[in-house]
Amino acid sequence: MLGLHQWVTPAVQTIHILAITVIMSAVLLTDLRAIGWIGRDVSTRQFSARYLPWMGITLLILLLSGAVLVTSEPQRSLGNQMFWLKMGLLLCAVALTAAIHWPILRREDFWQQPGRRIALRTLAVASLGTWIAIIFAGRWIAYSAR
Amino acid sequence: MSIHEIFAALENSALGLSIAQSSVLFPWIECVHVLSVAATIGMVFVMDFRLLGWGAHRSSAQKLMAELLPYTWGAFAVAAVSGFLLFSSAATSYAANIAFQLKFVGLLFAAINMLIFHFVGARGIMRWDEDKRPPAAARIAGTVSIICWVFVIAAGRWIGFTG
Repeated sequence: MLGLHQWVTPAVQTIHILAITVIMSAVLLTDLRAIGWIGRDVSTRQFSARYLPWMGITLLILLLSGAVLVTSEPQRSLGNQMFWLKMGLLLCAVALTAAIHWPILRREDFWQQPGRRIALRTLAVASLGTWIAIIFAGRWIAYSAR
Repeated sequence: MSIHEIFAALENSALGLSIAQSSVLFPWIECVHVLSVAATIGMVFVMDFRLLGWGAHRSSAQKLMAELLPYTWGAFAVAAVSGFLLFSSAATSYAANIAFQLKFVGLLFAAINMLIFHFVGARGIMRWDEDKRPPAAARIAGTVSIICWVFVIAAGRWIGFTG
């Protein structure tokens, strides 16, 4: 049905990419803060409080626009291993993001406890790597054989 | 040498040909391009949202921009280089593609808006640096910037759908 309107696919893809830019900057800033590269004069809690809602809203937009794209061309994604790799990575990314921010929101100094800084940095690097892998897998859907 | 001849030479160069003929180079460079574009424009949006008065992780607009601009320019440099590599694989057809041309019009307007903000709009920044809601000039600059970059993304996505 959507195929009849040639502009719908690029329009929905544009919304999808716009949401990716916002979620990527929110992830980048909070993870770089967790690693300790930026904003050390601002608390990690302030970063989480500011950017976690952006991540939530853009994730919702990504899921909705993604669902429209899958519905318009189901065989392009559902039978594509890159698509399922992307979905698996997305679950990992959501889990990593929750693991980083949930403790901060419950107890501000959670990651400042002795021995936890290295754990936070590891989670942040893993989170950044996973989100980058999601973008790469998403682009490869277009090239992956069914 | 006309501009068309330069583009033709580029796509027939060893660089252009190797990207066009490889089955994996183009997608991998595209991955890097999408990532760097997302990082660049995402950071720009964070600064634009601050100009609109939607807040950021710190209250000082000046400090926020000083903190984010090096990363933004770094990501932009990667986007420009990866974009040039993609362009080199089929330079003449990209140059003739209307969506591709419009993307660069959008980039030009984004650059002009940025320069105007930098030299005119941001002059009194000390007076509103900590204000939650910046003056109209700053809010307009933020709005124009968002419109320009949304347009750049849309035009970029349309390149693949335009003959």
